[in-house]
Amino acid sequence: MNTKSLYQEVILDHNRKPRNYGTLEHPSHHAVGHNPLCGDRLDISLQLENDKINLIAFHGESCAICKASASMMTTAIKGKTRMDAETLIREFREMTLGELDLSHPHHLGRLTVFSGIRDLPTRVKCAILPWHTLHAALNALSNASTEAENDPAPSVSENASGNA
Amino acid sequence: MAHNNVITALRTDVHFDVERIRADFPILDIKVGEKPLVYLDNAASSQMPQQVIDRLVHYQTAQHANINRAVHYLSEVATEEYEKARSKVQRFVNAKEQREIIFTSGTTDSINLVMHGYGRRFIQSGDEIILTTLEHHSNIVPWQMLAKEKGAVIRVVPINDAGELDIESYEKLFNDRTKFVGLIHVSNALGTINPIKRMIDYAHQQDVPVLIDGAQAAPHITVDVQALDCDFYAFSAHKLCGPTGIGMLYGKASLLEAMQPFKGGGDMIASVTFEETTYADIPHKFEAGTPPIAAAIGFGAAIDYLCSIGMEQISAHESKLLHYATERFNEIKGAKILGTAAQKTAVISFILDGIHPHDIGTILNQDGIAVRTGHHCAQPVMQRFNVPATSRASFAFYNNTSEVDALIAGIQNVQKIFL
Repeated sequence: MNTKSLYQEVILDHNRKPRNYGTLEHPSHHAVGHNPLCGDRLDISLQLENDKINLIAFHGESCAICKASASMMTTAIKGKTRMDAETLIREFREMTLGELDLSHPHHLGRLTVFSGIRDLPTRVKCAILPWHTLHAALNALSNASTEAENDPAPSVSENASGNA
Repeated sequence: MAHNNVITALRTDVHFDVERIRADFPILDIKVGEKPLVYLDNAASSQMPQQVIDRLVHYQTAQHANINRAVHYLSEVATEEYEKARSKVQRFVNAKEQREIIFTSGTTDSINLVMHGYGRRFIQSGDEIILTTLEHHSNIVPWQMLAKEKGAVIRVVPINDAGELDIESYEKLFNDRTKFVGLIHVSNALGTINPIKRMIDYAHQQDVPVLIDGAQAAPHITVDVQALDCDFYAFSAHKLCGPTGIGMLYGKASLLEAMQPFKGGGDMIASVTFEETTYADIPHKFEAGTPPIAAAIGFGAAIDYLCSIGMEQISAHESKLLHYATERFNEIKGAKILGTAAQKTAVISFILDGIHPHDIGTILNQDGIAVRTGHHCAQPVMQRFNVPATSRASFAFYNNTSEVDALIAGIQNVQKIFL
C-alpha cells in the first residue's frame, strides 16, 4: 500500500477548501449518506433541470478522504446529465474496488487520484460514500448507508479478497 | 483492589527487562512496508509469545483428542490438560473453587451466558438493571435484549469530564426494583479503572448481584474475585497473550447452580431421554459441545507466561509507559487526550484538531504504527464526549518508550500533512 499517493495535494486541498460545500435552498433531489462503521454523515442536495444537474451542494462530518471525494465529485458532475452522472458513479465505484482498468478509456479525469484506495480496503467506503449518496439522491432514495442492502460497494472482505 | 494496583505500579523494579520480553514475541519483528511494526492496539487484541505458540503446537502434535469421552490415552491426556488450564484460570483470579470457572468463547459469550442463564430466569417485568456509560457494547446489547423481552428497565451511571464514573449517581440509581448491575472494570475506550470494589459492596448492601466485564482489566492488573466479592467476572484470553475463541466466566458456585444452561447439547448432561434431561454439574452444565480444547490449553499457557513475569511487574511497566506517553502527548499542540481519570491503564484515546481519526490511523499505518480508530464499540462514551470517533493507542508490557516516541513522531507527521 502506498498511502503517500493517496494523501496527495489535490485531495488535501479539497479537504481544506471543499467546493460546493453547503446546502441548496430549493433542491429537486436530496439524500443523506451514512457510514455506521465510522459515524460519517454526508448530506447531498441537487437541482436537476431538463435532466441536467445545474446545482449541487454537500455538507457533513467525515474524514478527509470522504470530504475530498465529495468535493471533487460535485465539481465533476455539475452540468452533467443524469446518465453521465450515473456513468461516473459506476466508474468511480469500479476504480475504488480495483475492477476498472484505467488504461482503457474512462471519464474519471482527475478523480483517478483516488485509485490508490483500492489497496486500503478499510477506507474504500470513505471514498464511495458521496457517490453512493448521489446515487440515492438521483434515484429518490432518501437515505443511503454503506451497510444497507443497496450498498454499491460489496463488503470490505469481498473487496479485500478481490485484490489479494 | 484498584488502589493496591496503583501503589504497586509506582514501585520500580530492576528485574523487568522489556527487551528480553520483546524477544519472546516473534510478531514484533515483522515490518509493515519498510517500517518496523509498532503495535499499539493491544486493547483490541494482544500478541502471542513463543511459549504459548509452542504450547499450542505441542498439544496439536502430541496430545489432541476429544475430552470427557473415551477411555483411551489421548483423550485422557487432553481432558487432563484442559482441566489443568481451568485450574490455572482459577488461581489467576483467585476463585475459591475450580468449578466456578466456565470456559466460554470470550467476554461477549460470558456476558450472554449470564444474561440467558441468570437474567432470563431471575429478571422480571419492571425490574431494573444498572449499567454505566463506560460499558462496551457487549455489556449493553445483551441486557437491552433481555429488557425488551422481559419489560425490564436499564438505568445508566453517568461519567464526569475525566471519564470517571459518578459514584453518587450510581448509588442513587438503586431502588427496590434494582435486580442486577453490569459494570466494566477498566474502560476499553478511555482506560479508566473503576472503583468496582466499592460499587460491588454498595450493590450487595441492597442484595443486588454484580457482573464485572474484566476484558480490559485482567491483562493489566491483578484480579482477585474473592477480595472483590463480585458475583460474576468475565474476560477473554486473546487480550492477555492467549488465543482467540476462548475466554472465561467466573461465577459464585451458588449462583451458577441456580442458573439455567445457556446452550444444550453434548457434554452438559448427566442423562438424556426424550422425556427428560438431567444436566451435568457446574461447570460442565455450561460447556455444551466440544470446546476449543487447544485454545483453552493455550489460555492456560498464556496465564503461566504472564505469571512468570508477574502481574505487579506488568502493571508497573505499563504505568511508566502511560506516564511517559501522557507527558509526550501534552507537548503536542492541537492534540487532546479523552479520558484523564486518576486511575488509568495504559490507554491513550485522543483527537487531533481538524483531523479525522480514520485519516490519522491510515497515515500512522504508513509508519508501521498500529492504533485503533473508531468508536471502540463504546458509542455512549463517544456521545458523552460529543465526538464520532477517537484514535486509541493501547499499550502492553512488551511495548517500550521508543515506541511511544515513534507514535509521537507519527502524530506530528500527520499534523504536518494536514497543515
